[in-house]
Amino acid sequence: MISFSRVYKRYPGGFEALRDISLAIADGDMVFITGHSGAGKSTLLKLMAAIERPTSGSVLINGQNVGTLRPRAIPFLRRNFGLIFQDHKLLFDRTVFENVVLPLSIVGYERRDAARRVRAALDKVGLLAKEKAYPVTLSGGEQQRLAIARAIVHRPAMLLADEPTGNLDAAYAGELGELCKSFNQVGVTVVIATHDEHLAARLKPRLITLRNGALAEAPVEAAA
Amino acid sequence: MRIWLSQHARTLAATLARLVRSPVASLLNVGVIGVALALPVGFHVGLANLQAFASELAAAPQLSLFLALEASASDVAQIDQRLKRHSGVRKYHYISREQALREIKTSTGLADVVESLSHNPLPDAFVVDASDGASQTLEALRDEFKRWPKVAHVQLDSAWAQRLEAVLKLGRLAVLMLGALLAFALIAVTFNTIRLQILTQREEIEIAKLIGATNPFIRRPFLYFGALLGLAGGGAAWLIVLGGVYLLNDGLSDLSRLYGVPLRLHPLTAQDSLSLLLFSAWLGWFGARLSVGRHLSELEFR
Repeated sequence: MISFSRVYKRYPGGFEALRDISLAIADGDMVFITGHSGAGKSTLLKLMAAIERPTSGSVLINGQNVGTLRPRAIPFLRRNFGLIFQDHKLLFDRTVFENVVLPLSIVGYERRDAARRVRAALDKVGLLAKEKAYPVTLSGGEQQRLAIARAIVHRPAMLLADEPTGNLDAAYAGELGELCKSFNQVGVTVVIATHDEHLAARLKPRLITLRNGALAEAPVEAAA
Repeated sequence: MRIWLSQHARTLAATLARLVRSPVASLLNVGVIGVALALPVGFHVGLANLQAFASELAAAPQLSLFLALEASASDVAQIDQRLKRHSGVRKYHYISREQALREIKTSTGLADVVESLSHNPLPDAFVVDASDGASQTLEALRDEFKRWPKVAHVQLDSAWAQRLEAVLKLGRLAVLMLGALLAFALIAVTFNTIRLQILTQREEIEIAKLIGATNPFIRRPFLYFGALLGLAGGGAAWLIVLGGVYLLNDGLSDLSRLYGVPLRLHPLTAQDSLSLLLFSAWLGWFGARLSVGRHLSELEFR
């Protein structure tokens, strides 16, 4: 459950990235955040993932107010999420396997258990054969799928993706859409910031549209 | 708890692997720390040996009474009586001038010189052990003996030991200052090493934070690295000092043969070695802690 109530985000220098955002995303939802570039899509995701704090208003994740959370509690909140970044944020000095195992070693999984989960995640995205490869040797689409494997390996309740299809051709983008849909079908809340209309047309998600940092039209449900 | 332990074990293994992966850099770092620590530790060992040597000699402070050269046998007997009755004297013995000359002849290798003397230049002497070793008592006794007839000179044997003790105190202070400076250097070395590591692993740290790593988790490998670096440096210092003592003992054995005194340097005691290792590991840990704390806060959640 993610809910925003009268959220503003102003960056130092006075730029107002988000204005008066109130919205709610229920567990198991599939939501696309769309809008022109610079409309505040990434900022919205960063607030959801507790990467940034709102300037005013409240952001509640599973009932916890991100703005007032103690810094020590932030990592534990973030473990609820699987994050997929536009630039993948892969570690290029580590193998595919080591990249995917990272979230599990952070939580402290036992080695054998972790390996089993990593292989399951890699299998899911079709990279099982490449577990010993290094990310540089992968294609753009494969790198994106690697990033997804890392995001889902710890079975998060929410998957947040920022422009996941940004640099992909249409076929890869479609594949990725199917993957996201399959996660959604097993109960994962999926939030995707994108301007990819084909993807939206195919998956028929709920749409949240931003224009210049404000909601373009009232979302279906108001903030809880 | 098991998870926690296994995480620590894994971090330790990974840190060791990292040290081994860049052997030259690691060795240089360990060498710098080792040399820096070996200096104060070496001085400390030297001082400790001097101290042991001095206290061996000064354990029982003695007073030497030298009689005037013209003192007769009856003078000697009179002083003998006085000493026997004196309450501050635990025991004493008499060394006649002839006996003293014989001893010099046999023990110091000055036989030729002694043979060439036309008369015995040495006075009769009493060597007195006081019943109380406190320096005030000894000084009072010295002043009292000095006033007795036919006593030419009273020497307090512990005086030089006290002077040596004062010098050693000064030396210990100097070692402490040197140690403090070089400890600071060690902290600086680890601080910088860790800073470079953080810079090269910045991306990894950022990603780990994004996917829910706690600060202790991120700090841990760096702290281990600092502590291991310090520990290895302490080990290097220990080896350097051990090697130094070994080499010096080689040289000293010649010297002690020539002087007829057993001279031998003792290396660090087990307790000192352990404190050295623990202290250097702590210094490394501390430098790493400062560095990580400073550089992690730059990546804090806004």
